[in-house]
Amino acid sequence: MKINKVARAGTMESSDIFIMVQPGDNQGLDIRLSSVVIDQYGNHIRNVIMETLKSMNIEDIELTANDRGALDYTIRSRVETAVKRAL
Amino acid sequence: MKNILGREIPDSVTLPNRQIRLFSGVQVRHEDVVKKSVKTRVADPTEGKVIHDIKKAIEKSGLKDGMTISFHHHLRNGDYVMNLIMAEIAEMGIKDLSIAASSIFPIQAPLVKHMESGTVTGVYAAYMSGPVAKAISEGKLKNPAVMHTHGGRSRAIECGDLKIDVAFIGAPTCDPMGNINGTEGKSACGSLGYANSDALYADRVIAVTDNLVVYPACPIEITQEYVDYVLVVDSIGDPKGIVSGTTQITKDPVGLKIAKNTIRVIEASGLLKEGMSFQTGAGGTSLAVASYLKDIMKEKRITGSFMSGGITGYLVDMLDEGLFKCIMDVQCFDLSAIDSLKRNKNHQIMSASMYGNPHNKGALVNVLDIVILGATEIDLNFNVNVTTDSNGYIMGGSGGHSDTAAGAKLSIVVSQLFKGRLPAVVDEVTTVSTPGETVDVLVTERGIAINPLRQDLIEKMKKHNVPVMTIKELQDVAEKMIGKPEKIQRSDKIVSVVEYRDGTIIDVVYQVKDQ
Repeated sequence: MKINKVARAGTMESSDIFIMVQPGDNQGLDIRLSSVVIDQYGNHIRNVIMETLKSMNIEDIELTANDRGALDYTIRSRVETAVKRAL
Repeated sequence: MKNILGREIPDSVTLPNRQIRLFSGVQVRHEDVVKKSVKTRVADPTEGKVIHDIKKAIEKSGLKDGMTISFHHHLRNGDYVMNLIMAEIAEMGIKDLSIAASSIFPIQAPLVKHMESGTVTGVYAAYMSGPVAKAISEGKLKNPAVMHTHGGRSRAIECGDLKIDVAFIGAPTCDPMGNINGTEGKSACGSLGYANSDALYADRVIAVTDNLVVYPACPIEITQEYVDYVLVVDSIGDPKGIVSGTTQITKDPVGLKIAKNTIRVIEASGLLKEGMSFQTGAGGTSLAVASYLKDIMKEKRITGSFMSGGITGYLVDMLDEGLFKCIMDVQCFDLSAIDSLKRNKNHQIMSASMYGNPHNKGALVNVLDIVILGATEIDLNFNVNVTTDSNGYIMGGSGGHSDTAAGAKLSIVVSQLFKGRLPAVVDEVTTVSTPGETVDVLVTERGIAINPLRQDLIEKMKKHNVPVMTIKELQDVAEKMIGKPEKIQRSDKIVSVVEYRDGTIIDVVYQVKDQ
């Protein structure tokens, strides 16, 4: 699957995550994460985003995530929505 | 050395004027204590006390390098007193001072630059938030800050563990002889309960006022025989910061669920009866508990004896409706509380020592039935952290938390099971503020856990069909949803020593990493 345009999903509300995606630069999965719980869950959130992208067969993307303490299902659905909007 | 809670207290930890004693469990002291002697300046009857110049007042106080000065926090985030005095002290070039403030708020941000310049090298406080707390967490204070409880602060001052050379007491109204009244004036803040020990035990006491009135300033809270000088300034505070707007009862369904669960515990405990006493905080969930309690007390026609602690308009309404006989007030949070203090003789001011000092002839917390408390984190042994956030930054402190938990017949911690993905129940709290043996119940939106030390309570809950879980089960529920957090990194430098109310060391706080 190929990302064709810039798209967004999610909000900056507490317990949500804001995702913005755009076409990659042939750098693979380029994820830029900021989070209020970066020290406690940074690695975990990055993995959830990676797995979601892989499950959608995305190979080249630039993804910016601003996390406000979202749970995994929120992260997955926001990533999926942003990607589908960008196809 | 490890204390009884397994917290490592390095041998390098020292405190001025005394030996380090490690926390070894909550103990009732049976030996007498000796209060410190107080140097008293004998007033010249022909000389006035009123001074209009800050520098002159500081000179008169005899302040020198290395001394300890104190402030109270009733003017809260509107306080101008500490900033005014500290700016002048810095200008005069006095160094190496310790600040003993009952609490420190964001408005006291200028203290950070005084820490950096070496004017201030030590801090004592029961609570701190904002830039000063952040700077201390990042290692900008030379000596570790001492964090104590409200009652523990009085104890420390009275016995001399904390020796105050000069106390600066913000005085909303004052007369030329130094009688202080907190309820009148443009900067009225009501109760001055935390300043009481400072007035009684500091070598020099300076009232700082913006409302000098004709003698005597009745009704008097702190009396003239303790006050050396009266410093008159333009303004001691910003009324908008002194009193907050009325806190609203939470509308958040999670908060309401917690409040409902809490009421079930209170009902089943058997303490909901004629003459009961109750303390709660000013947060939305705490007020929701008070609101449900009010409904039940009306329905069952129960009249309580007293409500205590920091006082809000919501508690004043309950007093006015006759649900409780008295309010015991150590601090007013809003205008409604100040107004009640002025008009209602059953709204009584109390000192911090009367409130929570474990080493006097009996504190109010010893006869408190129920207290509702908060928590940043709580571990599987019910030890509570209200001092640091989950990233290791100081953002609070015990205040009256440990005092009331120790005294109350039923201490209930209310908390969301997780907030912004951070769990309330953890394997190890970042900092122990209040020992688990004094915490009876944890109430969350997804379940209630009772401290196994309170088998009597567990039995009562069973009898009244209140579902209880173990605290471990609550932790598992949370971790299924949020996962397990990684342990945060910290440096090895100690930035704060946390004292239990009896003066023993319950924990230390380390400098945060990556600054």
